[in-house]
Amino acid sequence: MLKIALIGAGKMGISHLSILGGYANTEIVGVCDTSKLVTDFLTKHGKFNCFSDYKKMIDEVNPDAVVVAVPTKYHYEIIKYLLNKGIHVFAEKPFCLNYQQSIELVELAEQKKVVTQVGYHNKFIGTFREVKRIAASGVLGDIYHFIGESYGPVVVKKKADTWRSDPSEGGGCLLDYASHVIDLINDILSPIESVKGTLLKSIYSGQVEDAVYSLVELKSGQSGLLSVNWSDETHRKMSTTVTLVGTKGKLISDANELKLFLKDSSSLNGYDKGWNVKYITDLQEGVDFYLRGEEYSSQLYYFTQAVLGLQPNTINTFASAANTDKAIYLIKQSGK
Amino acid sequence: MERILFGDNQFFAVNHISDEKSRAQSIKFREDSAILKTLDDARNAGINTFMCTTHDRISNVCDVIRANPEKYADFKIFPCMPYAHKYANAVTELGIVGTLKEYVPGNFFGSLFKGGVAFLSKDFISIMELLVDTEMKMFKGVNTPVIFLQNVITDLLLGLRAVDVLVGFHSYVQKKYGAEAGFITMNLPKLVDELAKAGIENPIVCASINKVGFRMSGGKKVYEETLKTTKARVIAMQVLGGGAINPKEAIEYVCALPHIESILFGASSRANIEGTVANIHEFDSKNK
Repeated sequence: MLKIALIGAGKMGISHLSILGGYANTEIVGVCDTSKLVTDFLTKHGKFNCFSDYKKMIDEVNPDAVVVAVPTKYHYEIIKYLLNKGIHVFAEKPFCLNYQQSIELVELAEQKKVVTQVGYHNKFIGTFREVKRIAASGVLGDIYHFIGESYGPVVVKKKADTWRSDPSEGGGCLLDYASHVIDLINDILSPIESVKGTLLKSIYSGQVEDAVYSLVELKSGQSGLLSVNWSDETHRKMSTTVTLVGTKGKLISDANELKLFLKDSSSLNGYDKGWNVKYITDLQEGVDFYLRGEEYSSQLYYFTQAVLGLQPNTINTFASAANTDKAIYLIKQSGK
Repeated sequence: MERILFGDNQFFAVNHISDEKSRAQSIKFREDSAILKTLDDARNAGINTFMCTTHDRISNVCDVIRANPEKYADFKIFPCMPYAHKYANAVTELGIVGTLKEYVPGNFFGSLFKGGVAFLSKDFISIMELLVDTEMKMFKGVNTPVIFLQNVITDLLLGLRAVDVLVGFHSYVQKKYGAEAGFITMNLPKLVDELAKAGIENPIVCASINKVGFRMSGGKKVYEETLKTTKARVIAMQVLGGGAINPKEAIEYVCALPHIESILFGASSRANIEGTVANIHEFDSKNK
């Protein structure tokens, strides 16, 4: 039985808790949050063992693994504490506010030989997994351009400040929204290594950017465009699209629908010359418990399986999330 | 419940397989009149129940229903609450406590937060009841025999082992609105099990049920087994898999399953509404 605890029962933390509640070989041994409203609810209705001090919780319940879902600015301190105790960690995204800290945690985790994962859930969506497979297959020829886009209605008018509007707390469209797109491009093609130019636009927010437009170059030499805007209310919720343009074809995919155009007949199973369309219904593996999207269940299941040694720990590791933090840093520098 | 229920996803740009389609729907249903016209198409095809989320725009539909009592004499609405994106966006911005302060009416919260007193179980049930009342306001004077909890809330509470809140919802809508509670879920087998353990033997449950097993948690086989023996009154939704399944095969599959009381679907055009209704009637008569 895997003993798992949660630090931070906000929007993402509560959702993780609900999903983990259904796993057969996992026991939730503790939940830590500073809100009494939340911990009283979880104690009274869910019979969870709740704490307000995470160190006290770790000492008392001695978990094998911990899910960290507090605001990003607290990640470094808490994760370092957990790693030093040899505890496996699943952290929400983005990983750290400062990528030097990310690197330090990657090294510490390697020393301690623990399983690490960061919650970039797009990588558990069937369509984006298929994009990666297609890109790696070579059917697109030389992929000379890409576009990574994400739009949604988070900040659509001027409002009172919260931690999301404070750059020192991990607020802003770059850290919150764009990090997902950066992480996807890093994974599907190759990590972002340099930035040619960036426009960071504040539309409604006072202190942070609401949109990120950036030209980037990857380690592989490929280059492309990131276009991300969280003040776009023409989308009901966050909508992410990846476009890959190659000498032999073009691929456009969001979470629901993948469209692939091939110039010639292909050796890749299920795809042929001309336009090919596949839907999430064809590409998504089912889950045992569903809340908000298969990817949220799949990523946690993957983490618990890796901790139990039943699966290699290769997707969304701290090392890959540190690459994303590095790209965020480069984009921010270039946008100054 | 009637055999066929009309859904509202198409009105609010919810499409599970295509962002392009959802944008086209958003353009088509910009005006409330377009929504009302499509509801008329559904009524003309014999569907008199509209199952819809508590989206702001539904209050305009309710205004029209109240203003035309004769025309809508037999018309029923099954409200599904809450409109999750409203709360999800609020939680993103204000946090959980901030959101409750914003949406729970009256000074209930003001008094609770003073002095750091512990919250009691009955407080959470009271919060739930106040939120239900807020969402139900727009339906005053409209026939709402079944009131649903959206899957994001049902399943969240299910995962958090807070089934007593689901039970609280069940008793409250009966007591206050004389309505039956319904639960939308993506985890049908687990939910009916847990509700039965909590003493609700024959709940109204609405879940994704389709030929390709899409959003059927635990797998199609588990659902089929549950349907054979369940006492729950089941509504099948997402029967067309968002449009990814051949419509005739999709309906044939669902009509042949046991214990499915109703089929919920949404469509934008009269031809699609009539086509789906005809398919359901055709396979129902074959299975008689």
